[in-house]
Amino acid sequence: MKSAPFDYIRAKGVAEAIAALRQENKSVSLLAGGQSLLVLLGLRLTPVDLLVDIGRIEELKTVSESATHVFLGAATTHAMIEDGAVPDPSRGLMPRVASAIAYRAIRNHGTIGGSVALADPAADWPACLMALDAQVVGRGPAGERRQAVTDFVQGMYTTTLEQGEIILGFDIPRLPADARFGVAKVTRKSGAFASSMAFVVERGKGVPARVILGATASHAQPMPAVAAYLSQHIEIDEAEVRAAIGADLDAVDPDADAYQRRNHTATVLRAIREARA
Amino acid sequence: MLTVTLTINDDEQTHTIEPRTVLADLLRDQCGLTGTHLGCEHGACGACTLEVDGKATRSCVVLAAMCDGRSVRTIEGLRDDKIMQVLRRHFHQLHGVQCGFCTPGMLVMARDILRRHRKPSEKTIRHELSGQVCRCTGYANIVAAIGAAGVELDREASA
Repeated sequence: MKSAPFDYIRAKGVAEAIAALRQENKSVSLLAGGQSLLVLLGLRLTPVDLLVDIGRIEELKTVSESATHVFLGAATTHAMIEDGAVPDPSRGLMPRVASAIAYRAIRNHGTIGGSVALADPAADWPACLMALDAQVVGRGPAGERRQAVTDFVQGMYTTTLEQGEIILGFDIPRLPADARFGVAKVTRKSGAFASSMAFVVERGKGVPARVILGATASHAQPMPAVAAYLSQHIEIDEAEVRAAIGADLDAVDPDADAYQRRNHTATVLRAIREARA
Repeated sequence: MLTVTLTINDDEQTHTIEPRTVLADLLRDQCGLTGTHLGCEHGACGACTLEVDGKATRSCVVLAAMCDGRSVRTIEGLRDDKIMQVLRRHFHQLHGVQCGFCTPGMLVMARDILRRHRKPSEKTIRHELSGQVCRCTGYANIVAAIGAAGVELDREASA
């Protein structure tokens, strides 16, 4: 498990990282915590000519909060979120998600920005940030832009990040005190990649429910039929919820076999039960 | 080639490395610190766990170049550590060792668990240790040894 040779530079700031990404005829990759990328390089699944280490860029560690939002810099590690070392906009949801990502030694280095930029189908943060209605803030040669995480992640390992763009962080709206949420994840063993994960977030009256399914064959996606059902029903009927889940699964994970459909159905039902408990 | 300076077990050292060199290979091949074991070499087994700036780290999935200027502590550097001394005794008494290959990583992670959880329950230990693979499957005694060390350290802290 030795990587093929590559060059390495450590960027002092975001501008330097953006400039390094724009080199012609070179495969350049940003290196944050490296907990996925260095594995992919070791297995020689990803060819790279140059790694740009962004792990010491102070701007990417920016954390700020307002009455309505918390901004977490892209370099925020899973362990910092788990430990409450950064403000939590989610009333305990994000620390709980963080604590179930891989293992502590991985969480000490893996970052929220790296997780979303890689967009592994089974990654926790894309699905969680979608459920929380978060926006990704990025910067590139053309300046800064913001986009809902739901639109940013487009497929397996596919985002709207353009060559030369870097994720600065995530703007996450705070959950109100009367919000209800549930999360469920199926893994073969603790810390393993999920076979299925579901998030349900209900912000209260008048705000449509958010239901996100992760660990599909492509990427985390909203389940609009289930969300609409929850938004319209205070008392829920499990047969009707199952029908809505089935309708959404046809669209969000069309190639799922019977076992995987049962996995997805179970995580969505568990998340709903927790939210409605 | 790159030149990096790291503090390894309190000793500042400068090494010349290839950019692709992972921390574990630097320690084992250039520093002679073979207490850090390499099992899977892709972040799955936990055998190579050590500390970088006080944080548990898998040294097979961190580049030596990323550790330039950082402080690294390996199993060799924890010989006189208080928590490690208690852990070693309980690993010995409760036979938390079979072939010994996973043991350095188990001990480093066990110490990390005991620093974050006071007197951890078996459930907590099993969850926190789930990233450390023992191919002898000797988990029962390892979990018991960490639990016993946690009880002893808690009793001392309360005394």
